[in-house]
Amino acid sequence: MTENTKNMQEEIANLVEKWKGKEGNLIMILHELQNYYGYIPRPAALELSRALETPLARIYEVITFYNFFKLSPPGKHTIALCMGTACYLKGAPVLLNEIKNLLNVEEGQTTKDGLFQLDVVRCLGCCGLAPVIKIDEKVYGKVQKSQVMGILSEYGNHNQEG
Amino acid sequence: MDEKVIFLKDTSADADRTRDFYASFLNALRECGLEDKVQVVRVADIGIYNRGLVVKFADKDIVYVNVEEKDIKNIVAQTVKEGKVIEKFLFKDEPKQLRIVLRNCGEINPENIDEYIAKDGYRALCKVVSDYKPEDVIEELKKSGLRGRGGAGFPTWMKWKFTRQTPETQKYVICNADEGDPGAYMDRGVLEGDPHSVIEGLIIAGYAIGASKGYFYVRAEYPLAVERVEKALKQAYDYGFLGKNIFDSDFSFDIDIRLGAGAFVCGEETALIASIEGKRGTPRPRPPYPSVKGLWDKPTSINNVETLANIAPIILKGGQWYASIGTEKSKGTKVFALTGKVKNSGLVEVPMGITLREIVFDIGGGMLSDKGIKAIQTGGPSGGVIPKEYLDTPVDYENLQKLGSIMGSGGMIVMDEDDCMVDIAKFYLGFCVDESCGKCVPCRIGGYQMLSILNKITESQGQIEDLDKLKRIALAMQKASLCALGQTAANPVISTIKYFEEEYRDHIVNKKCRSHKCKHLVNYNVIQDRCKRCKVCVINCPVNAISGDKEKGFFVDPKVCVRCGKCFEVCKFNAIAKE
Ligand SMILES: Cc1cc2nc3c(=O)[nH]c(=O)nc-3n(C[C@H](O)[C@H](O)[C@H](O)COP(=O)(O)O)c2cc1C
Ligand code: SF4
Ligand code: SF4
Ligand code: FES
Repeated sequence: MTENTKNMQEEIANLVEKWKGKEGNLIMILHELQNYYGYIPRPAALELSRALETPLARIYEVITFYNFFKLSPPGKHTIALCMGTACYLKGAPVLLNEIKNLLNVEEGQTTKDGLFQLDVVRCLGCCGLAPVIKIDEKVYGKVQKSQVMGILSEYGNHNQEG
Repeated sequence: MDEKVIFLKDTSADADRTRDFYASFLNALRECGLEDKVQVVRVADIGIYNRGLVVKFADKDIVYVNVEEKDIKNIVAQTVKEGKVIEKFLFKDEPKQLRIVLRNCGEINPENIDEYIAKDGYRALCKVVSDYKPEDVIEELKKSGLRGRGGAGFPTWMKWKFTRQTPETQKYVICNADEGDPGAYMDRGVLEGDPHSVIEGLIIAGYAIGASKGYFYVRAEYPLAVERVEKALKQAYDYGFLGKNIFDSDFSFDIDIRLGAGAFVCGEETALIASIEGKRGTPRPRPPYPSVKGLWDKPTSINNVETLANIAPIILKGGQWYASIGTEKSKGTKVFALTGKVKNSGLVEVPMGITLREIVFDIGGGMLSDKGIKAIQTGGPSGGVIPKEYLDTPVDYENLQKLGSIMGSGGMIVMDEDDCMVDIAKFYLGFCVDESCGKCVPCRIGGYQMLSILNKITESQGQIEDLDKLKRIALAMQKASLCALGQTAANPVISTIKYFEEEYRDHIVNKKCRSHKCKHLVNYNVIQDRCKRCKVCVINCPVNAISGDKEKGFFVDPKVCVRCGKCFEVCKFNAIAKE
């Protein structure tokens, strides 16, 4: 058994202990796992199935229903492009295309070099600044197509070929 | 505790530098040795718009606007340290709003329960558990006329009464903070700005219906709201407002948080219940309603954030007071997230019965550009558009419904001549198709079919029969879908056809989109007398659709052109026309 899997077992045992006896705990445990790993690794789901004595299929049924849970590791930086109504009206689709072109990536995916993850989200709650892009915790408002390249380059050199 | 609090919010129209200003304030305070005496709090809404950095000094009742980075040191030295008011920053005029739900947002530190208490916080709870029978609480709400703010507008007192009536010892109350409308953030504003007001409302709801346990179901995408609710709950426990024998009464009550996970349908009450139970969030048929069989099959009352924030003021000031605000059937105030092509985007709270025009032009400051207003969308993906001819309609549940829209949870999007109504309908329907849980056929298949038709229309393949087809499928979805997501998903399409059928016909018959939004219906042409024959467009066109020479001029071949818009972008002389 490697060090990693041992840690994972411990981590999950702790979580299950913490949420034991609380009904409907699966989603909250998945939230904590994703907080910890950034996504839900398959071995973690397996371990969780064992610890909760719940069929693995039932765990995946829940993970895949909810958009929030991710099955693959996120990129180093997460780009959240808002496609809420206000941002949509003010040109978010143009920004989305520009980012896709510049980074050669589709929504929900990570660039080959792992630098960026591109997520399309609904309303970041700063509609006054529409269109809005959030990279990690930083919010960029009133973004124009011509600014996208400059903004992305603040986060290091993306390698097109990956 | 002699701690002073300063609230910050950058209300500029073009940037939000609240975080940077926050850091500068901390630095300036440190330089004056005040860092332990003054707390700086960033807020999501401060009730003032388009006035640059707004700074509120909670203890002094002073508000500064249009503060710049360079002023911060000075303000800390003079106003914070010496107590001197600097005239030139003072904010004077009173906004035309009525703040009940947002009463404390931007006024108190949301992370400090003492400040909430100083604003009469938890007094309503004390009053209720000491002097009111649960039935009295319900009676007071009946007098108030309060209706649910989550969308459907069901009278809150009735919901509580039904849940109370169901004979069962274990009952639950749930606060619905899933806020799914993709262009609105009223509930986030309240949870971040004044979480205790919602908690107090939820505890009173528990008392009224006879529940001992409550849940907050909060969107995971709102981490700050989650954090503030968590902190607030802990403080409420420490002060004995939650837990055993609240205010030494026999009433005991506990609250837990559950996180949503990015599914719009989970805002629907039966889906939300499934989600709290740890399952996939799919709705189930009603009846039985949650008031009879809800969470873990026990009677459950689900209320929206804004609904709950209204409870304490109603108890303290009386149902009659609340009923004196608003229109005949819609009482009190409503919070809207005013956005789109309006100058001052932001949260506004207005008495029911105010007109759309007052909201957009008096509070919102009018249109963003000189493009005229075309329509207002309310109710998000379940709502509809209201064309400009109806701007003088007083806003209430009945009127909006008569116009083919709904009050909804509070999204209010202002649209101008640049916005294509077919495209808007496609946007909202696309959202619902994405978010359909797939459980029932009318919603899953109907939504998909309607979306394909709209795509066809915007891609110049529309036929005139398509309009009837859209209406027919819409009717089937309304009648046969299992939950309100499917039942209302077609509303944006129906209401845009109702008011803007001309625009649909333009797309279908003339293959034209007058707002130039639908890419396939735009034709690019060179305006010969502006063209300087520089050839930049020719070089940039990816498909060589532009031909000609310097003598005769350049021309776009519409058969070759792929409508990428590159020529329009690169021409420095505005010589490319879109039509
Ligand atoms: C698809 C769908 C999404 C909904 N989303 C929300 C929501 O985000 N917040 C909310 O309070 N109610 C939402 N509702 C309405 C709830 O089902 C429920 O009516 C409401 O929470 C009741 O609270 P109220 O009586 O205080 O309005 C949604 C309904 C549907 C059908
Ligand atoms: S770029 Fe503009 S000015 Fe130059 S050739 Fe093309 S249309 Fe004419
Ligand atoms: S819109 Fe694109 S394809 Fe059409 S003429 Fe202009 S550059 Fe060429
Ligand atoms: S719609 Fe993008 S921030 Fe609200």
